[in-house]
Amino acid sequence: MPTKLAEPTAQTAERLIDIDLTVNGKAEHFSIAPWVTLLDLLRERLDLTGTKKGCDHGQCGACTVLVDGKRVNSCLTLAVVRDGSEIQTIEGLSSGDTLHPMQQAFIDHDAFQCGYCTPGQICSAIGMLREGKADGRDAIRENMSGNLCRCGAYTNIADAIESVQGREDAR
Amino acid sequence: MNRFGYDRPSDVAEAVRDGNARGVRFLAGGSNLVDLMKENVERPVRVVDINRLPLHAIEDHDGGLRIGALATNSETAWDARVEAKYPVLASSILAGASPQLRNVATAGGNLNQRTRCLYFYDNTTACNKREPGTGCSAIGGVNRVNAILGASPSCIATHPSDMCVGLAVLNATVNVTGPLGDRTIPFADYHRLPGEDPSRDNTLKPGELITSIDLPDEDFSGNYTYLKLRDRLSYAFALVSVAVVMRIENGRIAEARIALGGVAHKPWRSKTAEGLLVGEVPSQSAFLAAAHALLEGAQGQGANDFKIGLARRAIVRACRQAADGTPQSQIDKRVA
Repeated sequence: MPTKLAEPTAQTAERLIDIDLTVNGKAEHFSIAPWVTLLDLLRERLDLTGTKKGCDHGQCGACTVLVDGKRVNSCLTLAVVRDGSEIQTIEGLSSGDTLHPMQQAFIDHDAFQCGYCTPGQICSAIGMLREGKADGRDAIRENMSGNLCRCGAYTNIADAIESVQGREDAR
Repeated sequence: MNRFGYDRPSDVAEAVRDGNARGVRFLAGGSNLVDLMKENVERPVRVVDINRLPLHAIEDHDGGLRIGALATNSETAWDARVEAKYPVLASSILAGASPQLRNVATAGGNLNQRTRCLYFYDNTTACNKREPGTGCSAIGGVNRVNAILGASPSCIATHPSDMCVGLAVLNATVNVTGPLGDRTIPFADYHRLPGEDPSRDNTLKPGELITSIDLPDEDFSGNYTYLKLRDRLSYAFALVSVAVVMRIENGRIAEARIALGGVAHKPWRSKTAEGLLVGEVPSQSAFLAAAHALLEGAQGQGANDFKIGLARRAIVRACRQAADGTPQSQIDKRVA
């Protein structure tokens, strides 16, 4: 027999949760409802609109950011869960006017057309190089499969990533 | 998404207390639960965030491995011990989802993820799994992805996991805790068939929480494969997948385990099919006999009739890959 569950009691009421995040190197504090996703927090509270809301269901990768160095879909991440984490978005990659090597590679290789998926592609590519598991072009393509490009710039995206794959400063 | 309360317990006992109430959901990586909440398929009263619990480690255990419930798919697939001793598990994990999802999706969450049946996700349709008693829209509906084995007149959903198909052939065990204490569930008994109660995916009791998954002290690193067939080469759920491990001694199969994914409400194994291979010299005819036995009773639903033939050929191919020691690459998708 399954155990009988109690009626919900404690802490079911709506309440705001205090969290601290470091976003692109800057300490930020928020009081937020638990249902706010990291994606919405970045876009609506910090105006960091480089991170895109494509499908909002983890299927397209346009919302990919780096959380504690790892690539994740920010649309499926509740911000409260990441309390204390370090977040890196497309806005935090360049050093002043000097683009991150991955950003520069995307330009050099014409790795986008409309550009909507590009912030997610670039964050994902950096995360992939940090993982260090994608050796060679087939592996790059497989390990970038979580980022869709509806313009179909895949060939040039793979070229761009391949061109900086061995560079320490591209991670 | 509905409004809900939020708890963040710091130890397992507190989590079990927090979770012991109706309408409460444990939240780990969130890659499935948050998605279902956005679709209003899941409407928890309260979410218990278990990410701070000490359940992240992958540890040596009884000569095998104990995978913490919160170990991410990436951590498990890339663990050197998993790669060395249980490569069928690494391969099955890497065949699933996307790298971003694998970075957050957890071992426990993988077991507890819900079906991707189109109607389960569509709140405007009848679905016995989502709303018991309303009917099954997939029967007679768009059912290309649905079950061919173990289905019932109430539900033809499939379990979507790849990882679980790998765990099934490894004879893993699932450690859980809950209001009534700790218990261990053999993997084959963890997920259940839909029967007349498709709302229950598994045999967890209310309020129970997975703490870890144990892999026994066995080494199938020589003869294994995970072959996954789907509508695109990557980042799609299996139409049919096959995990195989074998022990081959003196040119004959001493032991074979075969599990199918994408075809039933749980990873599908058959003692009869596996028994047919014992003592046989690896051959096309032996593999075909096993495939027929494993697919005994398979029933198409119209749009998924093709799965029966596809599964038969995939089983034969996967058995050959395992016997030959040429496991399917999850990067080069050409099927050798």
